[in-house]
Amino acid sequence: MNLFQSLITTMLAAVLTDNYVLSRSIGICPFLGVSKKLSSSLGMGAAVIFVMGCAAAATYPVYQLLAMLGLEYLQTVAFILIIALFVQLVEIVMKKLLPPLYKALGVYLPLITTNCAVLNVTLNNIDDGYSYGMAVWNAVCVGIGFTVALVIFSGVRSKIEAADIPETFKGIPATLVAAALVSVSFTAFSGMI
Amino acid sequence: MAKNNSYLHEFTKGLLKENPTLVGLLGMCPTLAVTSQAFNALGMGLATLFVLVGSNLMISLLRKVIPATVKLPCYIVIIAGFVTIVDFLLHGFVPELHENLGTFLSLITVNCIILGRAEMFASKNKPLPSVLDGLGMGLGFTLSLLCIGTIREIFGAGSWMAGTPIAIIFPESFPKLSIFTSTAGGFLTLGLLVALAGILTKKKPPAEIACGGCPMAGHCAGCTSADRKEEQA
Repeated sequence: MNLFQSLITTMLAAVLTDNYVLSRSIGICPFLGVSKKLSSSLGMGAAVIFVMGCAAAATYPVYQLLAMLGLEYLQTVAFILIIALFVQLVEIVMKKLLPPLYKALGVYLPLITTNCAVLNVTLNNIDDGYSYGMAVWNAVCVGIGFTVALVIFSGVRSKIEAADIPETFKGIPATLVAAALVSVSFTAFSGMI
Repeated sequence: MAKNNSYLHEFTKGLLKENPTLVGLLGMCPTLAVTSQAFNALGMGLATLFVLVGSNLMISLLRKVIPATVKLPCYIVIIAGFVTIVDFLLHGFVPELHENLGTFLSLITVNCIILGRAEMFASKNKPLPSVLDGLGMGLGFTLSLLCIGTIREIFGAGSWMAGTPIAIIFPESFPKLSIFTSTAGGFLTLGLLVALAGILTKKKPPAEIACGGCPMAGHCAGCTSADRKEEQA
């Protein structure tokens, strides 16, 4: 398979057939928490794409180092620390150098440290044996998939707001049932690749 | 007597009244991802229970040593350490479960129930109540996972606890709804159970969650609302 083909396949898999949120149920907390408005969905999505890409770029060499020393079992501890550290660093640098970007994404950054999708994508990159470039590309695509799910769901939620829902189901239960329907619609993509 | 009662309260509050999954809506990812089979759900619940009790005890013992400015990294390292222990234990003794849970075992590290309890309870309380709190919350989490897993496996695959000695396989004629084993079934089952928990606890289901930032500076709606409740009590 040539490079272009594998780039496209990775992207389609991460966004449509194997979407982290809708088919693997990873990253559900921000999916349910931040999808109320379109603008915040986009902001959160952009922040996640950025952090995922950078986290994948930062953790990959660290894993190689750990593997060289025979300390693979430390990967969870090492990765989560790198992600936490990195998010903090990005926040400080962005605040100083890119104030407009910080204004747009700043509030979402601290929320990302514990976004399990970020930790999961770095761990998956190692498990799947991607090369360095592919690992970063895969992480960016997963982030795009996350954003797509968030944006679609924010549209669905704005409709729920206007609907007449039984008292017991108001709030989170109705949101969860709606998420189930969105997730069903994404199963239609399976078998595409 | 009063003291015993308060210990009992630390233990029982996690089971239904402040159930982390159905009332607190924390730790959604494992709740949805590994519950298509009851056995996996039980395994995930018990693994989380172990990490929760361990980290609560450790953090409570170290609560006067850890400086406030770097407490989050410290908590995360303690939790990730316990997760690594569980990973090794399962790999050694229950390799099948280890295989099924995959990266979700590592993801226990970022389960916001654990960081939430560390921040809200273990860092402010003595070791014994912290362990009881961890046990109660962990059991509440395990029970709700088992409940979701049971519903999904029975309706989706027509079996219960498949792969264990106590497995029950329903006859072929039992209708199977494959939606229950898919991700969508997870969302659906959880939605129905949250509504049911709302009826049982006579409280309205939460309007929304924002637990993506649970441990970070009290962004988490679930935790801050619970915090307020504890202050009032």
